[in-house]
Amino acid sequence: MLDTVIDIVAGTFMIVGCLMSLAAGIGMLRFPDLLSRLHAATKPQVLGLFLLLAALGLELRSWAVLPVLLLAWLLQLLTAPVSAHMVGRAGYRTRHLKRETLIADELAAVVEAAEQREEAEHGRDGNRDRADFID
Amino acid sequence: MTKEQRLKDATDESGARQRATLRQELPLLAGMMLVWGALWQDFAIGNLVFGLLISLVLVRVFRLPPVILSGRFNVWRAAVFAGAFLRDVTLASFEVLYLAVFRGPRTTSAIITVQLRTESDLLVTFVGHVLTLVPGSYVVEVDRRTSTLYLHVLNVNDEAGVEKARASVMMIEERLIRMMGTKEELAELNAEKSAPGKEHGETP
Repeated sequence: MLDTVIDIVAGTFMIVGCLMSLAAGIGMLRFPDLLSRLHAATKPQVLGLFLLLAALGLELRSWAVLPVLLLAWLLQLLTAPVSAHMVGRAGYRTRHLKRETLIADELAAVVEAAEQREEAEHGRDGNRDRADFID
Repeated sequence: MTKEQRLKDATDESGARQRATLRQELPLLAGMMLVWGALWQDFAIGNLVFGLLISLVLVRVFRLPPVILSGRFNVWRAAVFAGAFLRDVTLASFEVLYLAVFRGPRTTSAIITVQLRTESDLLVTFVGHVLTLVPGSYVVEVDRRTSTLYLHVLNVNDEAGVEKARASVMMIEERLIRMMGTKEELAELNAEKSAPGKEHGETP
Protein backbone atom coordinates (compact mmCIF):
# COMPACT_ATOMS: atom_id res chain seq x y z
CA MET A 1 0.00 0.00 0.00
CA LEU A 2 2.68 2.43 1.09
CA ASP A 3 4.80 1.35 -1.87
CA THR A 4 1.98 2.20 -4.26
CA VAL A 5 1.55 5.65 -2.72
CA ILE A 6 5.29 6.33 -2.97
CA ASP A 7 5.30 5.12 -6.58
CA ILE A 8 2.42 7.42 -7.46
CA VAL A 9 4.07 10.44 -5.79
CA ALA A 10 7.41 9.70 -7.46
CA GLY A 11 5.70 9.27 -10.83
CA THR A 12 3.89 12.59 -10.44
CA PHE A 13 7.14 14.32 -9.49
CA MET A 14 8.84 12.89 -12.57
CA ILE A 15 6.09 13.99 -14.94
CA VAL A 16 5.92 17.51 -13.49
CA GLY A 17 9.73 17.67 -13.47
CA CYS A 18 9.87 16.80 -17.16
CA LEU A 19 7.13 19.36 -17.80
CA MET A 20 9.37 22.00 -16.22
CA SER A 21 12.27 21.07 -18.49
CA LEU A 22 9.85 21.30 -21.40
CA ALA A 23 8.84 24.77 -20.15
CA ALA A 24 12.50 25.82 -20.23
CA GLY A 25 12.76 24.60 -23.82
CA ILE A 26 9.57 26.35 -24.93
CA GLY A 27 10.72 29.54 -23.21
CA MET A 28 14.02 29.43 -25.05
CA LEU A 29 12.15 29.31 -28.34
CA ARG A 30 9.36 31.75 -27.61
CA PHE A 31 10.76 34.59 -25.51
CA PRO A 32 11.71 37.69 -27.51
CA ASP A 33 15.36 38.33 -26.66
CA LEU A 34 18.46 37.00 -24.95
CA LEU A 35 17.72 38.67 -21.62
CA SER A 36 14.24 37.21 -21.28
CA ARG A 37 15.32 33.79 -22.58
CA LEU A 38 17.72 33.55 -19.65
CA HIS A 39 14.71 33.39 -17.33
CA ALA A 40 13.57 30.24 -19.09
CA ALA A 41 17.05 28.81 -18.65
CA THR A 42 17.21 29.44 -14.91
CA LYS A 43 13.84 29.02 -13.23
CA PRO A 44 11.72 26.10 -14.42
CA GLN A 45 14.50 23.55 -14.70
CA VAL A 46 15.73 24.23 -11.16
CA LEU A 47 12.34 23.03 -9.97
CA GLY A 48 12.39 20.32 -12.65
CA LEU A 49 15.68 18.94 -11.40
CA PHE A 50 14.45 19.13 -7.81
CA LEU A 51 11.35 17.10 -8.64
CA LEU A 52 13.32 14.50 -10.61
CA LEU A 53 15.88 14.13 -7.83
CA ALA A 54 13.10 13.88 -5.24
CA ALA A 55 11.46 11.16 -7.31
CA LEU A 56 14.79 9.37 -7.50
CA GLY A 57 15.21 9.61 -3.74
CA LEU A 58 11.72 8.23 -3.18
CA GLU A 59 12.23 5.32 -5.54
CA LEU A 60 15.74 4.30 -4.44
CA ARG A 61 14.67 4.24 -0.78
CA SER A 62 18.20 4.45 0.51
CA TRP A 63 19.38 7.11 2.96
CA ALA A 64 22.90 6.95 1.53
CA VAL A 65 21.93 8.55 -1.78
CA LEU A 66 20.07 11.48 -0.20
CA PRO A 67 23.20 13.62 0.42
CA VAL A 68 24.32 13.15 -3.20
CA LEU A 69 20.92 14.15 -4.54
CA LEU A 70 20.84 17.18 -2.24
CA LEU A 71 24.36 18.10 -3.30
CA ALA A 72 23.42 17.87 -6.98
CA TRP A 73 20.50 20.22 -6.43
CA LEU A 74 22.47 22.66 -4.28
CA LEU A 75 25.16 22.87 -6.92
CA GLN A 76 22.55 23.77 -9.49
CA LEU A 77 21.06 26.38 -7.12
CA LEU A 78 24.53 27.90 -6.86
CA THR A 79 25.53 27.77 -10.50
CA ALA A 80 22.31 28.66 -12.38
CA PRO A 81 22.14 32.27 -11.07
CA VAL A 82 25.85 32.80 -11.72
CA SER A 83 25.59 31.66 -15.33
CA ALA A 84 22.44 33.78 -15.82
CA HIS A 85 24.28 36.78 -14.40
CA MET A 86 27.38 36.27 -16.57
CA VAL A 87 25.42 35.77 -19.79
CA GLY A 88 23.00 38.60 -18.96
CA ARG A 89 25.79 41.00 -18.10
CA ALA A 90 27.71 40.18 -21.28
CA GLY A 91 24.47 40.43 -23.28
CA TYR A 92 23.62 43.84 -21.86
CA ARG A 93 27.13 45.19 -22.38
CA THR A 94 27.26 44.02 -25.97
CA ARG A 95 23.72 45.37 -26.54
CA HIS A 96 22.15 42.03 -27.36
CA LEU A 97 18.72 43.11 -26.27
CA LYS A 98 15.50 44.33 -27.78
CA ARG A 99 14.78 47.72 -26.24
CA GLU A 100 11.14 47.65 -27.33
CA THR A 101 10.43 44.73 -24.98
CA LEU A 102 11.68 46.70 -21.97
CA ILE A 103 9.13 48.71 -20.00
CA ALA A 104 11.88 50.48 -18.06
CA ASP A 105 15.67 50.46 -18.16
CA GLU A 106 17.10 52.07 -15.06
CA LEU A 107 20.60 50.85 -15.87
CA ALA A 108 20.67 52.92 -19.08
CA ALA A 109 20.79 56.16 -17.06
CA VAL A 110 23.80 54.85 -15.13
CA VAL A 111 25.56 53.92 -18.38
CA GLU A 112 24.74 57.33 -19.83
CA ALA A 113 26.16 59.13 -16.77
CA ALA A 114 29.32 57.01 -16.88
CA GLU A 115 29.79 57.78 -20.58
CA GLN A 116 29.43 61.51 -19.96
CA ARG A 117 31.96 61.32 -17.13
CA GLU A 118 34.30 59.47 -19.46
CA GLU A 119 33.86 62.12 -22.12
CA ALA A 120 34.54 64.93 -19.67
CA GLU A 121 37.73 63.20 -18.54
CA HIS A 122 39.15 61.91 -21.80
CA GLY A 123 37.38 63.84 -24.54
CA ARG A 124 35.37 62.34 -27.34
CA ASP A 125 38.14 60.27 -28.86
CA GLY A 126 37.56 57.34 -26.49
CA ASN A 127 35.82 54.23 -27.75
CA ARG A 128 32.09 54.72 -27.07
CA ASP A 129 31.44 51.02 -26.81
CA ARG A 130 33.59 50.61 -23.74
CA ALA A 131 31.62 48.64 -21.23
CA ASP A 132 33.32 49.42 -17.92
CA PHE A 133 30.56 51.71 -16.70
CA ILE A 134 30.57 50.07 -13.30
CA ASP A 135 33.78 49.03 -11.66
CA MET B 1 33.09 43.79 7.29
CA THR B 2 33.08 47.54 7.66
CA LYS B 3 32.15 49.96 4.93
CA GLU B 4 35.73 51.26 4.76
CA GLN B 5 37.04 47.75 4.20
CA ARG B 6 34.52 47.22 1.42
CA LEU B 7 35.44 50.45 -0.32
CA LYS B 8 39.09 49.56 -0.06
CA ASP B 9 38.45 46.10 -1.49
CA ALA B 10 36.33 47.45 -4.32
CA THR B 11 39.01 49.87 -5.47
CA ASP B 12 41.94 47.54 -4.78
CA GLU B 13 43.54 46.68 -8.11
CA SER B 14 46.82 45.30 -6.84
CA GLY B 15 45.60 41.75 -7.42
CA ALA B 16 47.00 40.67 -4.07
CA ARG B 17 44.62 38.31 -2.31
CA GLN B 18 43.50 38.84 1.21
CA ARG B 19 44.15 35.81 3.33
CA ALA B 20 41.40 34.13 5.23
CA THR B 21 42.17 33.05 8.76
CA LEU B 22 41.60 29.43 9.72
CA ARG B 23 38.60 30.49 11.78
CA GLN B 24 36.99 32.20 8.78
CA GLU B 25 37.63 29.09 6.71
CA LEU B 26 36.02 26.67 9.16
CA PRO B 27 32.52 26.71 7.58
CA LEU B 28 34.08 26.19 4.14
CA LEU B 29 36.15 23.26 5.43
CA ALA B 30 33.15 21.69 7.12
CA GLY B 31 31.14 22.08 3.93
CA MET B 32 33.83 20.51 1.78
CA MET B 33 34.15 17.64 4.24
CA LEU B 34 30.41 16.97 3.95
CA VAL B 35 30.59 17.14 0.15
CA TRP B 36 33.34 14.52 0.26
CA GLY B 37 31.20 12.31 2.46
CA ALA B 38 28.20 12.79 0.17
CA LEU B 39 30.21 11.91 -2.92
CA TRP B 40 31.46 8.66 -1.37
CA GLN B 41 28.04 8.05 0.22
CA ASP B 42 29.97 7.22 3.37
CA PHE B 43 29.88 9.36 6.49
CA ALA B 44 32.16 7.16 8.59
CA ILE B 45 34.67 9.04 10.75
CA GLY B 46 37.71 7.84 8.81
CA ASN B 47 36.30 8.98 5.49
CA LEU B 48 35.31 12.37 6.90
CA VAL B 49 38.77 12.94 8.39
CA PHE B 50 40.33 12.11 5.04
CA GLY B 51 37.91 14.55 3.39
CA LEU B 52 38.93 17.22 5.89
CA LEU B 53 42.61 16.67 5.07
CA ILE B 54 41.91 17.02 1.35
CA SER B 55 39.89 20.18 2.04
CA LEU B 56 42.78 21.66 4.01
CA VAL B 57 45.17 21.00 1.12
CA LEU B 58 42.69 22.45 -1.38
CA VAL B 59 42.08 25.72 0.50
CA ARG B 60 45.84 26.14 0.86
CA VAL B 61 46.57 25.52 -2.82
CA PHE B 62 43.58 27.34 -4.31
CA ARG B 63 43.14 30.40 -2.14
CA LEU B 64 39.77 32.08 -1.95
CA PRO B 65 39.06 35.55 -0.60
CA PRO B 66 37.67 35.34 2.94
CA VAL B 67 33.92 35.06 3.33
CA ILE B 68 32.86 37.10 6.33
CA LEU B 69 30.00 35.53 8.26
CA SER B 70 27.84 37.64 10.50
CA GLY B 71 28.14 35.34 13.49
CA ARG B 72 24.36 35.04 13.70
CA PHE B 73 22.14 32.31 12.32
CA ASN B 74 18.47 31.87 13.15
CA VAL B 75 17.42 28.28 12.51
CA TRP B 76 13.69 28.99 12.71
CA ARG B 77 13.97 31.84 10.21
CA ALA B 78 16.04 29.56 7.98
CA ALA B 79 13.27 26.95 8.00
CA VAL B 80 10.66 29.62 7.20
CA PHE B 81 12.92 30.87 4.44
CA ALA B 82 13.40 27.38 2.98
CA GLY B 83 9.65 26.77 2.97
CA ALA B 84 8.89 30.11 1.33
CA PHE B 85 11.67 29.47 -1.17
CA LEU B 86 10.30 26.09 -2.28
CA ARG B 87 6.80 27.54 -2.62
CA ASP B 88 8.04 30.56 -4.58
CA VAL B 89 10.27 28.55 -6.88
CA THR B 90 7.28 26.39 -7.78
CA LEU B 91 5.10 29.44 -8.46
CA ALA B 92 7.86 31.15 -10.46
CA SER B 93 8.41 28.03 -12.58
CA PHE B 94 4.73 27.72 -13.43
CA GLU B 95 4.63 31.44 -14.21
CA VAL B 96 7.50 31.07 -16.68
CA LEU B 97 5.75 28.03 -18.19
CA TYR B 98 2.56 30.04 -18.60
CA LEU B 99 4.40 33.01 -20.10
CA ALA B 100 6.41 30.82 -22.47
CA VAL B 101 3.33 29.06 -23.79
CA PHE B 102 0.73 31.83 -23.87
CA ARG B 103 2.58 35.17 -24.07
CA GLY B 104 5.77 34.13 -25.84
CA PRO B 105 7.22 36.93 -27.97
CA ARG B 106 4.84 39.49 -26.49
CA THR B 107 6.36 39.15 -23.01
CA THR B 108 7.68 42.47 -21.75
CA SER B 109 10.27 43.00 -19.07
CA ALA B 110 12.21 45.76 -17.31
CA ILE B 111 15.64 46.50 -15.95
CA ILE B 112 15.31 47.95 -12.46
CA THR B 113 17.63 49.29 -9.79
CA VAL B 114 17.40 47.99 -6.24
CA GLN B 115 19.57 49.43 -3.51
CA LEU B 116 19.92 46.90 -0.73
CA ARG B 117 20.19 47.78 2.94
CA THR B 118 22.97 45.35 3.73
CA GLU B 119 26.67 46.04 3.34
CA SER B 120 27.78 42.42 3.47
CA ASP B 121 29.12 40.85 0.28
CA LEU B 122 27.79 37.48 1.36
CA LEU B 123 24.25 38.79 1.82
CA VAL B 124 24.32 40.65 -1.49
CA THR B 125 25.41 37.41 -3.17
CA PHE B 126 22.70 35.47 -1.40
CA VAL B 127 20.02 37.97 -2.37
CA GLY B 128 21.27 37.81 -5.95
CA HIS B 129 21.04 34.02 -5.98
CA VAL B 130 17.63 33.82 -4.38
CA LEU B 131 16.05 36.51 -6.53
CA THR B 132 17.31 34.75 -9.66
CA LEU B 133 15.55 31.56 -8.67
CA VAL B 134 12.41 33.01 -7.17
CA PRO B 135 10.40 35.97 -8.35
CA GLY B 136 11.32 36.23 -12.03
CA SER B 137 14.45 38.32 -12.15
CA TYR B 138 18.20 37.98 -12.38
CA VAL B 139 21.16 40.24 -11.75
CA VAL B 140 22.47 42.06 -14.82
CA GLU B 141 24.94 44.27 -13.01
CA VAL B 142 26.20 44.84 -9.47
CA ASP B 143 27.66 47.92 -7.87
CA ARG B 144 29.50 46.56 -4.92
CA ARG B 145 30.37 49.93 -3.41
CA THR B 146 26.73 50.85 -2.81
CA SER B 147 25.20 47.33 -2.64
CA THR B 148 23.10 48.19 -5.68
CA LEU B 149 21.72 45.46 -7.91
CA TYR B 150 20.53 46.06 -11.45
CA LEU B 151 17.97 43.39 -12.24
CA HIS B 152 16.25 42.13 -15.34
CA VAL B 153 12.66 41.32 -14.38
CA LEU B 154 10.40 39.22 -16.60
CA ASN B 155 6.72 39.99 -17.08
CA VAL B 156 6.64 43.64 -16.04
CA ASN B 157 3.87 45.46 -17.86
CA ASP B 158 3.73 48.87 -16.22
CA GLU B 159 5.18 51.16 -13.58
CA ALA B 160 3.28 49.35 -10.82
CA GLY B 161 4.98 46.12 -11.87
CA VAL B 162 8.38 47.78 -11.43
CA GLU B 163 7.51 48.83 -7.87
CA LYS B 164 6.14 45.38 -7.10
CA ALA B 165 9.36 43.73 -8.29
CA ARG B 166 11.42 46.14 -6.18
CA ALA B 167 9.32 45.39 -3.11
CA SER B 168 9.67 41.63 -3.61
CA VAL B 169 13.47 41.93 -3.74
CA MET B 170 13.48 44.01 -0.55
CA MET B 171 11.31 41.29 0.98
CA ILE B 172 13.87 38.63 0.10
CA GLU B 173 16.58 40.75 1.65
CA GLU B 174 14.48 41.22 4.76
CA ARG B 175 14.02 37.46 5.16
CA LEU B 176 17.74 36.87 4.66
CA ILE B 177 18.73 39.55 7.17
CA ARG B 178 16.39 37.97 9.71
CA MET B 179 18.04 34.65 8.99
CA MET B 180 21.72 35.50 8.89
CA GLY B 181 22.31 39.26 8.93
CA THR B 182 24.40 41.00 11.57
CA LYS B 183 22.80 42.29 14.77
CA GLU B 184 23.17 45.88 13.52
CA GLU B 185 21.37 45.09 10.28
CA LEU B 186 18.58 43.37 12.15
CA ALA B 187 18.19 46.32 14.51
CA GLU B 188 18.09 48.74 11.57
CA LEU B 189 15.51 46.56 9.84
CA ASN B 190 13.30 46.46 12.93
CA ALA B 191 13.60 50.23 13.35
CA GLU B 192 12.59 50.71 9.74
CA LYS B 193 9.61 48.39 10.12
CA SER B 194 8.32 50.03 13.29
CA ALA B 195 8.71 53.52 11.80
CA PRO B 196 5.42 55.04 10.64
CA GLY B 197 4.63 55.26 6.94
CA LYS B 198 5.62 51.70 6.10
CA GLU B 199 2.57 49.67 5.34
CA HIS B 200 4.08 46.52 3.80
CA GLY B 201 6.16 43.84 5.43
CA GLU B 202 5.67 41.06 7.91
CA THR B 203 5.43 41.53 11.65
CA PRO B 204 8.75 41.28 13.43
